[in-house]
Amino acid sequence: MARVVFTPNIQRHVACPEAEAPGNTVREVLNGVFAGNPRAAAYVLDDQSALRKHMTIFVDGHMIRDRSGLTDPVGPASTIYIYQALSGG
Amino acid sequence: MSDTLLVSTRKGLFWVRRGGGRWDIDHVDFLGDNVTLTTTDPRDGRHYAALDHGHFGVKLHRWEDGRWDEMASPTYPPKPEGLEENDMWGRPIAWSTARIWALRAGGDDEPGVIWCGTLPGGLFRSSDNGESWEIVRSLWDHPKRRMWMGGGADLPGIHSILVDPRNSQRIWIAVSTGGIWFTENGGSDWVQRGEGMRADHVPPELTNDPIAQDVHCLAQCANAPERMWVQHHNGIFVSSDEGRTFTEITDVAPSTFGFPVVVHPRDPDTAWFVPGIKDELRIPHDGQLVVTRTRDGGRTFEKLTSGLPQKHAYDIVYRHGLDIDGSGDRLAFGSTTGGLWVSEDQGDTWENIANTLPPVYAVRFA
Repeated sequence: MARVVFTPNIQRHVACPEAEAPGNTVREVLNGVFAGNPRAAAYVLDDQSALRKHMTIFVDGHMIRDRSGLTDPVGPASTIYIYQALSGG
Repeated sequence: MSDTLLVSTRKGLFWVRRGGGRWDIDHVDFLGDNVTLTTTDPRDGRHYAALDHGHFGVKLHRWEDGRWDEMASPTYPPKPEGLEENDMWGRPIAWSTARIWALRAGGDDEPGVIWCGTLPGGLFRSSDNGESWEIVRSLWDHPKRRMWMGGGADLPGIHSILVDPRNSQRIWIAVSTGGIWFTENGGSDWVQRGEGMRADHVPPELTNDPIAQDVHCLAQCANAPERMWVQHHNGIFVSSDEGRTFTEITDVAPSTFGFPVVVHPRDPDTAWFVPGIKDELRIPHDGQLVVTRTRDGGRTFEKLTSGLPQKHAYDIVYRHGLDIDGSGDRLAFGSTTGGLWVSEDQGDTWENIANTLPPVYAVRFA
């Protein structure tokens, strides 16, 4: 089970507690997490389920490369951080 | 006559109320957040507010029973695999709501219907007071929709929605840039309108093409819906045939450039504008903030200044930043530099409500 941690800044708009979910890719893990918190999904992903322009995701300290498909691999002990990108100011 | 104003700003939604004969800020909702637009449904009194959280996207909230609740936001359908659709710089256009730029309640015979215009150009319809939204596919899939371009923003967007008070199936929208579009069957089919407008910023062969027009704001007289007024990137235009053809009005001091326009609800010949110098110089003339008003269908204009700053004013008023209430006597506008003014005499005199608000995006009587 991968661990998913959300930026504190999102909590003001929608509660996103730390969560765990199974999966071999970022997409699979996030699908599991957002199934129990669908409103949060719209704060992280856009209408096409791609990562929002000014958001970023790290898996075990590495920024993901596939921002639209979210196919970056995830291990069973991985930690996924969902942050704001500094590109947004 | 409305005693409440909803003022959407970069840092919150300000409620401004009239009490004891004067207007004042009552309270602020969404303090610190970017509120881009509101509308009030005259059929049931509900308010709607669009927020743009930047990182976290565009959200829509509804005010009911004294509190705001987050609703579903208009969401684009899946973009077909392999579809190439690029903006004017060749970058792929994301099928994703980038801004809510128009909100409008449907007709009296369609309770629950709300229309929503967005960037990058999708029109959405809700039939359940904003609980859910459907994109109007007939317009989104229209082959000419791909000819729309960005104006002030990188992406094209729908900023004006008019519902015919005589028949709520008849709807006009205006696009920056993409001109005016009309449906007479509730959105099933769309035709281009707006012959007679002129675009200086495109090659000569496109200058008079209705699709090339950068309409900044489209307004309609409630009691004489055939009369429409346009504040356009290139000037002021007026139509007396429901937007089929427009006539340009050029003799207006200090200028015909600006973003908003409102028309008196019962007198189609009376309309108001807030001018800047010109498109490449978006400040008031000589540092003097003025409102221009015609009472004779555009033949002559008055420059209204009483109560407005006439020295070192650099206020610009965005397209949703000016409003008129149902009485036709009260007007209000807010500026990019945080000024807010109200008039109770059709613009003859203005009361300054605030000078230090965050940048104002929209002012609406509630």
